[in-house]
Amino acid sequence: MAILRKLAITALALGGAGAAVFWWLTEPERIGPDAMAALGTGDAARGQRIFDAGGCASCHAKPKAEGEARLQLAGGGELKTQFGTFVAPNISSDPTDGIGAWSLEDFANAMLKGVSPDGQHLYPAFPYPSYARMNPADVADLYTFMKTVPPVAGRAPEHSLGFPFNVRRGLGLWKLLYLSDQPVVAFGEGTSEQVLLGRALVEGAGHCGECHTPRNPIGGTAKAQWLAGAVAAEGGGTVPNITPGGADISGWSESDIAGYLETGFTPEFDSVGGTMVEVQKNMARLSPEDRAAIAAYLKAIPSHPNGYPAQQQKPAG
Amino acid sequence: MRKYVLAISALALATTAALADVIADRQAVMKDNAKQVGVLVKMVKGEAQFDAAAVMAALTALNDNVQKIDVAASFPAGSDQGDTTASPKIWEDAAGFQAQVDKFKEVAAAAAAAPAQDLDALKAQVGAIGQTCASCHEAFRVKKG
Repeated sequence: MAILRKLAITALALGGAGAAVFWWLTEPERIGPDAMAALGTGDAARGQRIFDAGGCASCHAKPKAEGEARLQLAGGGELKTQFGTFVAPNISSDPTDGIGAWSLEDFANAMLKGVSPDGQHLYPAFPYPSYARMNPADVADLYTFMKTVPPVAGRAPEHSLGFPFNVRRGLGLWKLLYLSDQPVVAFGEGTSEQVLLGRALVEGAGHCGECHTPRNPIGGTAKAQWLAGAVAAEGGGTVPNITPGGADISGWSESDIAGYLETGFTPEFDSVGGTMVEVQKNMARLSPEDRAAIAAYLKAIPSHPNGYPAQQQKPAG
Repeated sequence: MRKYVLAISALALATTAALADVIADRQAVMKDNAKQVGVLVKMVKGEAQFDAAAVMAALTALNDNVQKIDVAASFPAGSDQGDTTASPKIWEDAAGFQAQVDKFKEVAAAAAAAPAQDLDALKAQVGAIGQTCASCHEAFRVKKG
C-alpha cells in the first residue's frame, strides 16, 4: 500500500513536472525591443503593396470580392483542412470586432510571432510562419495601410477543430519546430538584389511556400522540399512544383513566369485555375519589377523532385 | 454466365473507351481555344504586332468552338475519371457549371461580334476572356500531378 502511494505521488510529481515543462516550452513568445525598434514608422502607400503581395483580401474579404469590397475585411472565409475548419477573422479597422484597436506592437506580434494581443497563440492557417521572415519595416507599412481600410462590424465564427488541435497552447511546441525568421534558401555572396527581393516576396509576404511546399502530418512545411509542389490542403488535386527543375514549369522562362503572374496565362496560353486565380489577381497588382523579382528567385532556388505523388490512374472498367 | 461476364466486361470497356474519347475531344477543343487566345495574348504582351485581321480570325475561331460546347454531351457523368482535370464539382454543381459555360458563350460572342481594332481595345477583350477562363477553372478544374 505504501509503495503504491509512493508510486502515485511520484507519478503526480512527474506529471506536474511534465505539465510545468510543457507550460514553459509553450509560452507565447513576443517580439523583443530590438525588433520593435526595427519596425520604424509605417507608410500606407508602401503598405498597400504588402497587402497585395500577402493576398490578405483573398481570405479576409468576401469570396470573389472586387473593387471596394476587397477592402471590407470582415473575415468569414473558410479553410477546410485535415485538422478541421479554420475561419478567417475580421481584420477590418473596426475597434471591437476587427483590429482597429491594435497597437503596432500587437500587429507585429501577430504577423511575426503568431501571438494575439491577449497573449494567445494564433493558428498557422494565418500564414505567420512565412510572415515571420518579412522585413520588419514592411510589417509597419502594412499596419499603417490597415488603418486606412474601412471598419466593418461583425465577428466571424470561431474555428472548428478537433482534439488535440483545439488546444492553442500546444502550438507553442509546433512553433519551436517551425517558426523562424531565417530565410529558407540561403544564397551566397554576390547574389543579385533582384533575387533577394524575390526571396523576400516569395518566402515572406507572398507566403507561396504555404501551398507549394509539402507538409508533414502535423502541418510543418518540409523545407528540404521547398516549393516542390504538394497535395492540395483543400479541394483535392495537387499544387505545382515551382522549383526550376520541376516538370510543371521547368520550361518557363523568367518572363513567362512574370507574364503568368500578370495576365493569368501560361506560356501555352492555358489559364490560371484553382486557388491560384485569387493569388494571380493579387500578383497582377504588384509592380513589373516585383513580378520579375519573384521570377528571378524561382529560377535561382534549388530544384526538387515533385512533392506530390504521381496521379493514380483508376483501373479501366 | 460466362457470356454475361464477357458481355458486361465488353460493355464496361466500351463505356470507358467512350468516356476516354469524350475527354480527348473536349481537351482538343480546349487546346484550340488556347491556340486562338495565344494569338491575342502575344499581341498584348508585345511579342507580336497588332494585326486586326488575325484578331478577328482568332476571335471567330474561339467563338465557333465555344458556341458548340454542349455540357451534356461533353461532360457526361463519370467523365471526371481518367486522364482529366475536370473537377467532380462539375456534376455536384451542374447549374453553376452551366452558368459558367453560358457566360463564356456570351463573352466569346460579344468579342467576335466586335473584334478589337487597336491594342488597348484588345487588352480589354483579352482581360475579359482571361477572367472568364480563370473564373471557371477556379471552381471546376482540379490540377492533378
